[in-house]
Amino acid sequence: MARVTQATAPWLPRLASRIAWGALFPIVLLGIGWELLASSGHVTPFQLPRLSAVFIRIWDDAQTGELAINAGLTLYRTLVGFAISVVGGVLLGAGMARSVSIRWFFDPIISVGFPMPKIAFLPIMVLWLGFFDVSKIAMIVLDAIFPVVTATLAGLNSVERELIWSARNMGASERELLWQVMLPAALPQILTGLQVSLPLCLIVAVVAEMAMGGYGLGGAMNTASRFADSRGVFAGIVEIAAVGYCLIKLMSLIRRRLLLWHQEALEPTTA
Amino acid sequence: MKSALIRYLPLLILACAWETVARLGLVSSLALPPLSKVMAAWLDLVADGELIGNGLASLYRAGMGLVLAVAIGGALGIAMAWWRSVNLLVGPLVELFYPMPKSALIPVTVLWLGFGDGSKILLIFLGCMLPVTIGAFNGARGSERVLIWSARSMGASRLRVLWDVVLPSAMPELLNGIRTAIALAFILLVSSELIEARKGLGSLIGFLGNNGSYEAMFAVVLTVALLGFAADRAYQLLMQRVLQWRE
Repeated sequence: MARVTQATAPWLPRLASRIAWGALFPIVLLGIGWELLASSGHVTPFQLPRLSAVFIRIWDDAQTGELAINAGLTLYRTLVGFAISVVGGVLLGAGMARSVSIRWFFDPIISVGFPMPKIAFLPIMVLWLGFFDVSKIAMIVLDAIFPVVTATLAGLNSVERELIWSARNMGASERELLWQVMLPAALPQILTGLQVSLPLCLIVAVVAEMAMGGYGLGGAMNTASRFADSRGVFAGIVEIAAVGYCLIKLMSLIRRRLLLWHQEALEPTTA
Repeated sequence: MKSALIRYLPLLILACAWETVARLGLVSSLALPPLSKVMAAWLDLVADGELIGNGLASLYRAGMGLVLAVAIGGALGIAMAWWRSVNLLVGPLVELFYPMPKSALIPVTVLWLGFGDGSKILLIFLGCMLPVTIGAFNGARGSERVLIWSARSMGASRLRVLWDVVLPSAMPELLNGIRTAIALAFILLVSSELIEARKGLGSLIGFLGNNGSYEAMFAVVLTVALLGFAADRAYQLLMQRVLQWRE
């Protein structure tokens, strides 16, 4: 594996830095535009505070430790929800791929449940599980598990027959077949499912925090909005966007790492 | 008919299990009112017009937001594929904002436009635009060079090529992007209405929940869920029709 990374290493950083500089320019432009618009007097500071003021606010929150608590709690809920969705979703998907009766039972539930706006169940979750972490995490799992299940099922079903036959032929047990042949072969599709699921986790975490209040980035934004503290609201947006961006970049790094053996790792990508 | 029954039997089993568990008192009827009572509450809500009035308000918001998102987002995506400079300028911004959890925008849209329709429409527009943009961009970028060259060499103007070649070949991915957008529209609609609104299905759920009329609350929750499901199915049928020429 190490040899593969070395072989691709020389051109990779150069390409990456070129992309990064090219990409940075419009973002900096947007930031400058925001600052100019906010200080031009066409909009009130209430509608759009200066970007610099928002950054100062974030810095202050970081100093008092509030940022760490809020971001930490949101991340904790997101990641616990994500972990449960991944484990549960892969298990359920694998079960559906292997057993006809499991598939018969869950297939209509998944196909009806997937396109539903599950966020509507939020008040029911609160009713059942209270206002604290459990209901928020349950809500996240309810939303984020569906893409994992369908991706796992589709991935396992599209594993090439020849691979399975060869493994069986060479005397692999059912369990070995699942862990060493089926799941790795289905991994690209499963990871695609996870890449759909992770942003959902963060969206639902933020909404649940907004609706229920309390600590967390969403809760802090909701409080700021109630008190008409528009700097706090915009600070929240920047923080949530940053967390979302990092999570998604991390996920695509993990994907590249796990799929080093796969053809797609050789294709150039900006992610 | 019979195969459909066997296929959807698990849902029926779940419904029966719900009714039995609630009737036998295994869980408190506050936490889980029996399905039959929920249905009765649903009929009441329809009869006194609350469900329909709020439902129409919600659908209006979702529809307006989606139409704007599809029109502007789709045009932006195709422009990104057609003009390199647009892509260089807008591409990084799309990549920056795409992973952003759109629910974070709920308080800002309220800050700008208040509690009414405007803030919901803006939120749904902003939240649903990027999946459409990315779908249109990928689709238009993937249109075959040969087709474009042939059309050009046969004397089609650039605009004509855009309309007659690029747009149709972008269609499948564009339509997929719109499907994601529809799902997102429902999520954003319900969450923004739950958090701050005075009418709409989401605020009706919140209102009934705060009042303790849980049977009616369950009825509205199920209505919203089924609306989302029905919208997706209807859209899938439409997509199949639109894409018939590809077969």
